[in-house]
Amino acid sequence: MSISLEEVRHVARLARLDLGEAEMMSLQSELNALIGHFEDIQHLDVSAIDPASHAVTMHNVWSEDLPGECLTRAEALQNAPVSKAGLFVVPTILEG
Amino acid sequence: MQAPMANYVASIGMEVHAELATRSKMFCRCPVAFGGEPNTRVCPVCLGLPGSLPVPNREAIEMVIRTALALNCKIAMHSVFHRKNYFYPDLPKGYQVSQYGETNPLGYHGWLELANGKRIGIRRVHLEEDTGKLMHLPNGGAGVDYNRAGVPLMEIVTDFPPDITNEEEAKDYLVELRQILVWLGVCDGKMEEGSLRCEPNISIRPEGTEMLGTKSELKNLNSFRSVQLGVQFEIRRQAATLDSGGTLLQETRGWNESNESSYAMRIKETENDYRYFPDPDLIPMVFDDPYIEGLRSAMPELPLAKSQRYQRDFGLSTKDAERLLQDRETAEFFEEAVAMKGDPKGICNLMISEFAKQLNEAGLSPRQSNISPAHLVQLANLLASDTINSKVGKEVFAEAFKSGAMPDAIVDERGLRQIDDHGPIVESVKAVLATNAEVVERYRGGQTGVAGFLVGQVMKMGQGRFNPQLVQQLVREELERT
Ligand SMILES: [Zn+2]
Repeated sequence: MSISLEEVRHVARLARLDLGEAEMMSLQSELNALIGHFEDIQHLDVSAIDPASHAVTMHNVWSEDLPGECLTRAEALQNAPVSKAGLFVVPTILEG
Repeated sequence: MQAPMANYVASIGMEVHAELATRSKMFCRCPVAFGGEPNTRVCPVCLGLPGSLPVPNREAIEMVIRTALALNCKIAMHSVFHRKNYFYPDLPKGYQVSQYGETNPLGYHGWLELANGKRIGIRRVHLEEDTGKLMHLPNGGAGVDYNRAGVPLMEIVTDFPPDITNEEEAKDYLVELRQILVWLGVCDGKMEEGSLRCEPNISIRPEGTEMLGTKSELKNLNSFRSVQLGVQFEIRRQAATLDSGGTLLQETRGWNESNESSYAMRIKETENDYRYFPDPDLIPMVFDDPYIEGLRSAMPELPLAKSQRYQRDFGLSTKDAERLLQDRETAEFFEEAVAMKGDPKGICNLMISEFAKQLNEAGLSPRQSNISPAHLVQLANLLASDTINSKVGKEVFAEAFKSGAMPDAIVDERGLRQIDDHGPIVESVKAVLATNAEVVERYRGGQTGVAGFLVGQVMKMGQGRFNPQLVQQLVREELERT
């Protein structure tokens, strides 16, 4: 299995990455090298192993429903490139 | 819009989002509330700041499982959270935590039974997080308030292909689903505040054909009525398009409340490629039978089961039962009264008439008022035994509601017991007839309808305490005498 240039372009678009043609070519070969490692793993016999959905063996780490501290609004907004009226200012999006 | 020419069959899928009534958010401990100053209930976790670690809210997980059980779902004994990746400014992390897959959602493959007995299949009940709110700034541009970001959100999706075939069923489904959610205490059910949101998808196909037509999805429906009208409008709009030889687009349409029509929304289509994968920050949920059975056994009896029991055991009508089942407190109040050996029908009558009226005027719930189930039992007994008539009953109830005094005590103290002795009634009848000689003449001249007036006058003299049947009988006897 290998990654086509078209797939690199598609994933880049989904991730909002603005890549040049040369960057995409180099990413394609890097990704293909990476995928190659998984192909090695696929040759292993895993028929006796249960599929794992997670790297750790823990489960059910939960918190009780008790409200705690929040950031102040000034703290929340301090890293925002632009803020106005207590809101994070963002690019306008089409809707309705 | 006109009714369609050709015969079509509609298929309506329902996607409902319910904000869970937890005190804190899904993966952080920021409080959950409606309104308030923007960006005052946020923290590094719900803002998606690097290095923060989400921890799921146990209460939210159990609320979803309880809902799934109420909707007759299977429970995923092993369930994980996924990341649904897309870019939108109201989503601080660049992904929404959700649950993907057919049998991974906490609940799957269940059904909800409508009052008419029809079962609506439920495909899944899963847990996710709400997004922030995008707002327009006064001088152009947009800003985001993340107070709502990370609020636990439950998504309930009906089966595919859909079982719902018209706007009436779509509304009934939503009404019953909302009742269950409020009953379980998992959602406040306020559509107008957006804590319950419904997005139906609608398609039609010519009668007798199998393949489902092109569907449209409706947004901005914030009442039961708008859901019903919106679905009806879409069915008719699609039929008119097909009748005139047009083709339908798969699209998202908004509902315009003021002119009761739908419009195509200009939504910048986020590519339908969410790259779901298990969230590595969130470890799996694993349940066993004792845990699930523990939650199941703590569930209250649901409205539909109660309604059937009230009709079967207490002889109530469907309508009366439904009025008692408006909310859990009212139903439990009624059941407590019945358990005190009260007459179910009499108690029901008091609850849905006088009690409901007074509570409504005072803006109180049953438990907040001066009336206890014992008050209702006493008053129902006084009425059933004809110790007082219904007019006096209202008076006694009003007094009990005001002061909290017991009905028996009020009746004794005020001497309100019904008078069944002929003596005083006959005396009053004679007096009324004597002072209304002209009316008596008209009666005897054939205008028998005036008897009602005379009965009223006698009742007035008795200050409402005379036995009404006896008064009627004695007035008539006296009029017929000469
Ligand atoms: Zn938070």
